[in-house]
Amino acid sequence: MKLEFNIEGGNFSRAGHASSEVKKMLKQLGIDARCIKSIVIALYEGEVNVVAHAYEGRILVQMEPHKITTEIMDKGPGIPDIELAMQEGYSTASKEVREMGFGAGMGLANMKKNTDELTIESTVGQGTTVKMVNYF
Amino acid sequence: MIFAKNLFNTMQVSKICQLLDAKIICGEEHAQANIERGYSSDLMSDVLTLDTDHLLLITGMCNLQTIRTSEMADIRFIVFVRNKKVTDEMLELARENNLCLLESPFTLFKASGILYQAGLKPVY
Repeated sequence: MKLEFNIEGGNFSRAGHASSEVKKMLKQLGIDARCIKSIVIALYEGEVNVVAHAYEGRILVQMEPHKITTEIMDKGPGIPDIELAMQEGYSTASKEVREMGFGAGMGLANMKKNTDELTIESTVGQGTTVKMVNYF
Repeated sequence: MIFAKNLFNTMQVSKICQLLDAKIICGEEHAQANIERGYSSDLMSDVLTLDTDHLLLITGMCNLQTIRTSEMADIRFIVFVRNKKVTDEMLELARENNLCLLESPFTLFKASGILYQAGLKPVY
């Protein structure tokens, strides 16, 4: 089963819409609640990152028996130093993003905590692709 | 609806309303639900790192992303402090996700202190 969503950069009122739809689908499939929480928290962190930093993005979700793969691809400024961005507390978020309660530099580290496999590829000036795999 | 494993050392939503001079804005049917732990934060980034489910979020961060964050983190009860008012958009999303929202005129510090003193446990 495959799902696809578009994300609009800067539109905070829509941030979380895709994660919410994925959560509903996982619930319908009867997947363990704790596992659902990990998957959707990682996805939501990623979705908020696209809204906060990029111009636009796309989410692809692929469900297989006992495995879910989510890919978040954006067109945006990219991440110059991924290792530095992974460190808790490091953030380049704007004042506006911080006023929404985000931008504390916890997002990427929390995505890693909530996924079994996390791959981040980024090209400065073009965009970032995050691939997450969870097994259940 | 009971969200605590045992009823000892838990607090009913109706009791929380009484202690915080709070009103239930939506989810009145949960007034008799029992809550075991509370977490106070205006930072949704921190809320998303919690492993504890079914807690009471006490916050002054009153926007749509507070509701989204709670939806993702399986948080069903939120008290908005400092007289913050829930918007219609927030209400709609909260109802869709069966959340219980409260509004209190107290500060985050005062609300947290009162609930802690009355026996609501911290997450850590």
